[in-house]
Amino acid sequence: MLCFHVCAGEIFELKAELNSDKKEKKKEAVKKVIASMTVGKDVSALFPDVVNCMQTDNLELKKLVYLYLMNYAKSQPDMAIMAVNTFVKDCEDPNPLIRALAVRTMGCIRVDKITEYLCEPLRKCLKDEDPYVRKTAAVCVAKLHDINAQLVEDQGFLDTLKDLISDSNPMVVANAVAALSEIAESHPNSNLLDLNPQSINKLLTALNECTEWGQIFILDCLANYAPRDDRESQSICERVTPRLSHANSAVVLSAVKVLMKFMEMLPKDLDYYGTLLKKLAPPLVTLLSAEPELQYVALRNINLIVQKRPEILKHEMKVFFVKYNDPIYVKLEKLDIMIRLASQANIAQVLAELKEYATEVDVDFVRKAVRAIGRCAIKVEQSAERCVSTLLDLIQTKVNYVVQEAIVVIKDIFRKYPNKYESVIATLCENLDSLDEPEARAAMIWIVGEYAERIDNADELLESFLEGFHDESTQVQLQLLTAIVKLFLKKPTETQELVQQVLSLATQDSDNPDLRDRGYIYWRLLSTDPVAAKEVVLAEKPLISEETDLIEPTLLEELICHIGTLASVYHKPPSAFVEGSRGVMHKRLPARTGSGESTESPDVGTIAGGSGTETAPSIIPSQGDLLGDLLNLDLAPPTTTGPPPPTSGMQMGGMDLLGGGLDSLVGSPMPPRHLGGDIGGSAAMGAGFGAVPAVMPASLNAPMGGGLGDLFDLGGGVGMPLGAYIPPKTVWLPAMKAKGLEISGTFARRAGVIQMELTLTNKAMSVMTDFAIQFNRNSFGLAPAGPLQVLSPLSPNQTIEVSLPLSTVGPVMKMEPLNNLQVAVKNNIDVFYFSCQYPISMLFVEDGKMERQVFLATWKDIPNENESQFQIKDCHLNSDAASNKLQASNIFTIAKRTVEGQDMLYMSIKLSNGIWVLAELRVQTGNPNYTVRKERIRIT
Amino acid sequence: MIGGLFIYNHKGEVLISRVYRDDIGRNAVDAFRVNVIHARQQVRSPVTNIARTSFFHVKRSNIWLAAVTKQNVNAAMVFEFLYKMCDVMTAYFGKISEENIKNNFVLIYELLDEILDFGYPQNSETGALKTFITQTGIKSQSKEEQSQITSQVTGQIGWRREGIKYRRNELFLDVLESVNLLMSPQGQVLSAHVSGRVVMKSYLSGMPECKFGMNDKIVIDKQGKGGATDEAGKSGGGGGKQSIAIDDCTFHQCVRLSKFDAERSISFIPPDGECELMRYRTTKDIILPFRVIPLVREVGRTKLEVKVVIKSNFKPSLLAQKIEVRIPTPLNTSGVQVICMKGKAKYKASENAIVWKIKRMAGMKESQISAEIELLPTNDKKKWARPPISMNFEVPFAPSGLKVRYLKVFEPKLNYSDHDVIKWVRYIGRSGIYETRC
Repeated sequence: MLCFHVCAGEIFELKAELNSDKKEKKKEAVKKVIASMTVGKDVSALFPDVVNCMQTDNLELKKLVYLYLMNYAKSQPDMAIMAVNTFVKDCEDPNPLIRALAVRTMGCIRVDKITEYLCEPLRKCLKDEDPYVRKTAAVCVAKLHDINAQLVEDQGFLDTLKDLISDSNPMVVANAVAALSEIAESHPNSNLLDLNPQSINKLLTALNECTEWGQIFILDCLANYAPRDDRESQSICERVTPRLSHANSAVVLSAVKVLMKFMEMLPKDLDYYGTLLKKLAPPLVTLLSAEPELQYVALRNINLIVQKRPEILKHEMKVFFVKYNDPIYVKLEKLDIMIRLASQANIAQVLAELKEYATEVDVDFVRKAVRAIGRCAIKVEQSAERCVSTLLDLIQTKVNYVVQEAIVVIKDIFRKYPNKYESVIATLCENLDSLDEPEARAAMIWIVGEYAERIDNADELLESFLEGFHDESTQVQLQLLTAIVKLFLKKPTETQELVQQVLSLATQDSDNPDLRDRGYIYWRLLSTDPVAAKEVVLAEKPLISEETDLIEPTLLEELICHIGTLASVYHKPPSAFVEGSRGVMHKRLPARTGSGESTESPDVGTIAGGSGTETAPSIIPSQGDLLGDLLNLDLAPPTTTGPPPPTSGMQMGGMDLLGGGLDSLVGSPMPPRHLGGDIGGSAAMGAGFGAVPAVMPASLNAPMGGGLGDLFDLGGGVGMPLGAYIPPKTVWLPAMKAKGLEISGTFARRAGVIQMELTLTNKAMSVMTDFAIQFNRNSFGLAPAGPLQVLSPLSPNQTIEVSLPLSTVGPVMKMEPLNNLQVAVKNNIDVFYFSCQYPISMLFVEDGKMERQVFLATWKDIPNENESQFQIKDCHLNSDAASNKLQASNIFTIAKRTVEGQDMLYMSIKLSNGIWVLAELRVQTGNPNYTVRKERIRIT
Repeated sequence: MIGGLFIYNHKGEVLISRVYRDDIGRNAVDAFRVNVIHARQQVRSPVTNIARTSFFHVKRSNIWLAAVTKQNVNAAMVFEFLYKMCDVMTAYFGKISEENIKNNFVLIYELLDEILDFGYPQNSETGALKTFITQTGIKSQSKEEQSQITSQVTGQIGWRREGIKYRRNELFLDVLESVNLLMSPQGQVLSAHVSGRVVMKSYLSGMPECKFGMNDKIVIDKQGKGGATDEAGKSGGGGGKQSIAIDDCTFHQCVRLSKFDAERSISFIPPDGECELMRYRTTKDIILPFRVIPLVREVGRTKLEVKVVIKSNFKPSLLAQKIEVRIPTPLNTSGVQVICMKGKAKYKASENAIVWKIKRMAGMKESQISAEIELLPTNDKKKWARPPISMNFEVPFAPSGLKVRYLKVFEPKLNYSDHDVIKWVRYIGRSGIYETRC
């Protein structure tokens, strides 16, 4: 019947039907047009014909035409003007339903020319005798404000809207409140709502009479009010509490928000305070019998409320027990709240439940249940023993993921209660082979290292992990390194070989700077001062705290002010997911004020009361702050043990690191802080490292600058014996600009192949798939040699490292700067563009060593204008070391001569596109500055 | 506020799309389809954030309803609205199905225009909506009728229109309870609660003022103090309790909440037809209609002996119906032999359970089933988790003990009195999650 395809013929047919004389036929035609519109077909070509149908007294047809107009007016602004007359006329219609319909629709047409005509009808409708028209007009002011804020202010609509708060009809009041609240959000300082005891009183009266939705608007608005003193606060609470019995969960949650906020101001010894606390529990429990989606919203909010005021629900543990048929999202949230409510009084019950859950089918749920048992042990000391034995029972089930999860939490229990449960280590060791997840492996290795003196075959166990060292994840590698060092310090005689082995694996064969740096530090510590090493590595660890996943207090306060809203569901401030100015204002709980104080000093009263909408410090953070804020937020995963996630680019001075940061770095099972490239601080540090066979990773500045000119900056650093220089990864595409996808990366040359090494991080809330990459034409014809290998979908907060081999046979176009590369990355969400600069050094090919004779001949042939000269400052290498180091980057020394105490090195480089570069490096002993002359030729 | 509302079929094709805010583009329609409807994984949350746009969804049979926003909206309100939208659609054209939606799409657009303005929910009571949004086209209305409609839609009593007339004034009250239980094998109650609803179907003329009374402990105690001679005391078995303690209750929006808060009296003007007047929850002094006594014995490694006794615990004159006991069996069950004195029992391999059904059972009786379960020997070290035995039933009384004391009707403008109204009250107690661990 309905047609869902529109082709040219059909458009023609519809046109004819629209212009038909028969009303019924016309209406059917408009219906068909709307149907096509719904499925996304473009029927804008019919605009004039549809608008022609507008002049009708058939309300149903009129509504359909209006619907069409709302969709297409924006794309056809000129033709939309045709409709204006009808709108203006309809706004005067005797039928209030038609007046309202006209003003409602007109507000939805976002065409500047039309908004001009809207003002007069709107003004009339705001003062219409019929409440239905007034309530529609109230919302229309918000619509107009969204299109043209200035116009609304100029025309004085805001004042009219404020007057409507005193309207006799409750629905008009509610809509006016909603409209004003929305407008006020984009003017944080305007004091638009002007909440004062009188207007609050009006709102509270309307609250009893309006629809359920109106009650929500009013309650949400009330929550922004700052009462003058505790008495006013109490009287508002008293008038809001009846809403807790409303059947609509949103009304209940909004009422809870108002109460939670205003309760802050009540003195705790007040009887009413206790009564209020008691009144809050039952409605919260009742929310759990709502539909599952609402249960989820309620549970996310209860999670906040329990953190803020644990006393409210402390006796209601049982209602959070998971039901067999609950959807998974409800189950996981309930579990979270159960742990928060766990106490000595109810721990037996909780444990019995958790044990039941650990036998369920959903893997995520089971894992979380196992983890919860561990958290109970840490939270309620008396239960620790029972928890441990429960975990051991679970390990006996041999269900792989249960075992792994149990081992991870047992590690935490060891840290909380040292020297208490180590008897179970034997059981844990039995499961060593079945562990395949990095976290579990790392936990197990930590346990073995930490208790090496009690495990007879600790060396064998650790050695078994060492075989596949390079296949392990970073987490495991770091843990293994630390564990073996611990083992060595405890049993030095038998394990010398093992420690040598792991140190060389970490420092020489690894590309991971974190691992290398930690390896170097251990190596140096062990070789210089074993006693100090012992003190550092085997230092006593700080106990882990009971609840590590609590929301940070200021954020919690802000979220409490947002109860019921999306912010409370995401547990993030609105600024983290709302674009633009809206919701940036941070809300804060009111401070407790003594009643006497505020009556005695009127100044305090006026400040507190007058600030109305600006209870929060209404500062709009600068873009930078906001960005930082956001990134922090997205980064923080709900970890169970405290250490911050590795933050790349954390700059730490070398000395500082060795002094304070070291014990935390080496002794505990933490992921390491990224030491960055600046570890050595300067070459002076490197000189002091005589005992260490290898040289410190250099303080190289990434040669990202210009083109060939600063090529030789490379030599500026201190030596790196193996492989070419790889600049540290930098962020190329921040998550803000790419809908949550963050890309950082660097370039490297490995075994003659140029690799683009990318780190993709998903900071959005949805899974990303279907990655692909493409380059724009560039100076050296770089192009991906294969597809971007992201095999599994990237889930939120996940990071993946990808290496993309590049070829140099792509199309060439000169870029500015020369080493600029424009990249497009695509995923299921969108296509993103960024540009980055590659170090020229990765284009140096391995066969760049020129024959001596050829070199000499060419050197002379190069014209002078091809020559340039510059200095490298502060380089403390002698000429041989420099030469070795440069060779690693495919810069070859052809000859060397010494003139007047100066070493002259002659070098050749060949670029991937066949260009040769010849250079002369002048090194004066004792002078840390090098001089480079270089020249370029092209060999065809 | 809500930026747009989309309805999809199970394949992810858009059936209805209505955009209210400029910040929601057409691509949002596709984003939801790709990321949620077509997602490979099971839905892990009813709220999804895709590229800074939040999607709220509910599912009704095969149909997805999604509300979209880019702002920090009241999330509870959005879900309440989506449920309401489902109710409204059901009231207009019955079941929410792809066919019904396609056939009524004009009506749905009209409703969406009316009940959601710029993303703000407006009056969504079907009683009021049906006065001016009809499927048969608008009848020409007189001026009085028009203003009556508008004052009703915006007025204090938005859920009822004026001028309703019935020849016979009649009302039906259903007290529907579901009783939930978790019991230990030793017969200890681990948790028990009743969640109940009072559903009212009224066919009353005019704008009747109603007052509902029940044996709420707080009200009875208050009256007791006032000098009335209510003797306290309980007589178990059938729920002859004088009063009950209600943990919490919520009311339909027609009930005057401030009055309930102050006086604990329930007064209201009901919507015409059916409405859920109140919901409540009790946890104290619940009459558990049945007790299940399980006995499971493992005989060697390949055999289980199960004996289950059920005892009915209510007045002998009452009859329980639709009784069903579900006894879980291990996954490696190879054969089952069942003997039961009453009803029929069957082993259902696909559900891993013995299902025992009894049509009717009077109070204060008991019945028994015994079964021998043969097991296949397995080398699975994992022990059988022994899921609880669950039960379903229906009894003609309220397990919470709730009693309707009165429902008075006053309509001062019309000439009928409380006595002329024919009132019917019915109690139905059903099993919720009624489980005994074994």
